[in-house]
Amino acid sequence: MTFLNFLISGISLGSIYAIIALGYTMVYGIAKMLNFAHGDVIMVGAYICFFAISRFSLPPLVGILLAMLLCTVLGIVVERLAYKPLRSAPSLAVLITAIGVSYFLQNAALLLWSSSPKVFPNFFTVTQSPAPDGTAEQTVRTGIELFGGQLKISFVTIVTIATCIIIMLALTWFTGRTKMGKAMRACSEDKGAAQLMGINVDATISMTFAIGSGLAAIAGVLLCSAYPTLVPTTGSMPGIKAFTAAVFGGIGSIPGALLGGLLLGLIEILAKAYISTQLSDAVVFAVLIVVLLVKPAGLLGKQVREKV
Amino acid sequence: MEPILKVDDINVYYGSIHAIKGISFEVNQGEIVTLIGANGAGKSTTLNTISGLLHSKTGSVSFMGENLGKISPHKIVAKGLAMVPEGRRVFLQMTVQENLEMGAYTQPGSGVDADLEKVYQQFPRLKERYRQIAGTLSGGEQQMLAMGRALMSHPKLLMLDEPSMGLAPILVEQIFEIIQKLHQSGTTILLVEQNAQAALSVANRGYVLETGKVVTTGTGTELLASPAIKKAYLGG
Repeated sequence: MTFLNFLISGISLGSIYAIIALGYTMVYGIAKMLNFAHGDVIMVGAYICFFAISRFSLPPLVGILLAMLLCTVLGIVVERLAYKPLRSAPSLAVLITAIGVSYFLQNAALLLWSSSPKVFPNFFTVTQSPAPDGTAEQTVRTGIELFGGQLKISFVTIVTIATCIIIMLALTWFTGRTKMGKAMRACSEDKGAAQLMGINVDATISMTFAIGSGLAAIAGVLLCSAYPTLVPTTGSMPGIKAFTAAVFGGIGSIPGALLGGLLLGLIEILAKAYISTQLSDAVVFAVLIVVLLVKPAGLLGKQVREKV
Repeated sequence: MEPILKVDDINVYYGSIHAIKGISFEVNQGEIVTLIGANGAGKSTTLNTISGLLHSKTGSVSFMGENLGKISPHKIVAKGLAMVPEGRRVFLQMTVQENLEMGAYTQPGSGVDADLEKVYQQFPRLKERYRQIAGTLSGGEQQMLAMGRALMSHPKLLMLDEPSMGLAPILVEQIFEIIQKLHQSGTTILLVEQNAQAALSVANRGYVLETGKVVTTGTGTELLASPAIKKAYLGG
């Protein structure tokens, strides 16, 4: 039963990684760049949601939507100001710029919101009204218990896993069925040919950043609901882990991001549970190294053959 | 009548390399015009400049009386100028049908199904494989797909860059038959080819390019008969 508990927390953490990894993988697929500032968009999203709920007492759903909206705008603005001028620059310049944007966002957050940790509210709760005859008091439940309390599943976990599934289905539909989604795939394969079809490549890249950043906001809210300490560097470690997950699954591949994220989350939680809490990250990255030795393009990545 | 495409004294550079040195030519409504020449003569560069992927430093390209100067490539397609690029460049990871749908990107959704049907009639082979990933097609099939894809945008002018490249002789013949059929059905075509013999035999007029300049021009028959052309491009 404990194993089942670990399994569920692994899938839950993995779902968050997967949602973040989608942002990395989509942007990489289309703009062929690693947006290392992606993790910090998560942090910004979490702060926006935090302030919306705690300071302005907005309903949680409004807070989440506001976070998504503002992060989408942030993603588009960052792309326009920082990355678009470098469209034909060497990839090293773009990479360094992305790291710069990451530091910029972290320090802006430090300046605006200080380094003192904020406690993120858990709003995935169910309030049970007191029984009228006074036999039960009002209680706030944060999850469900199965098998006589042996298996505890929090509502955050359920919402996280469900959100991840919904996002995956939605993205699969979007890239497979819609004109815009197909145009995105065309751009990721051959930008020149896509232009010759009449596809506006710049708009498509903006769109990708918008989607990735909106997803990052969702991931930020879910992450901070599960691990409620919010500081300006909150996004960096999950960002790096999710990047690892994207590479693990095969960067550029949407199902790969899901698979990589889930596996990474599971390995991390199981390593923490059965090997060592301190060594869990080492185990995660060791597995990554082994996978890349055997399959350099990642689990679901396509091996790009050089044409000769 | 005003020519549908008028290229006037364009000069294109790759960095400091002067690749196109003042090329001018015209394509009239309903014609097949071919640009022939050896590797590096500037044929593909010329097409890429017309489609907006490259920019000319001086001179102008006008299409149906409109200067294409600073218009971005995706908007040029919407004006009715389609190009089948060198090496086909179909979307290898997408299905045949998705490739064709991408060709119709500038078109309103309502007419796409009818256009698909038309392309499938023209290229029955594509219909048989419409759900197949384009990367699994043979070279000839990919060329047909690339042409079908370009036709989906209802081009007023279709530019073909080396459609016969890398194909077996029998397929080259097929491709040229298709080009003639397209011409007969009213499509204006600008054809770039290294296979000068085949290109000149279908073309109304031809321009011979050498190191970024037009050196000779004439009708297809004239050029085929010219001793200098025979010697340089047609193997004696």
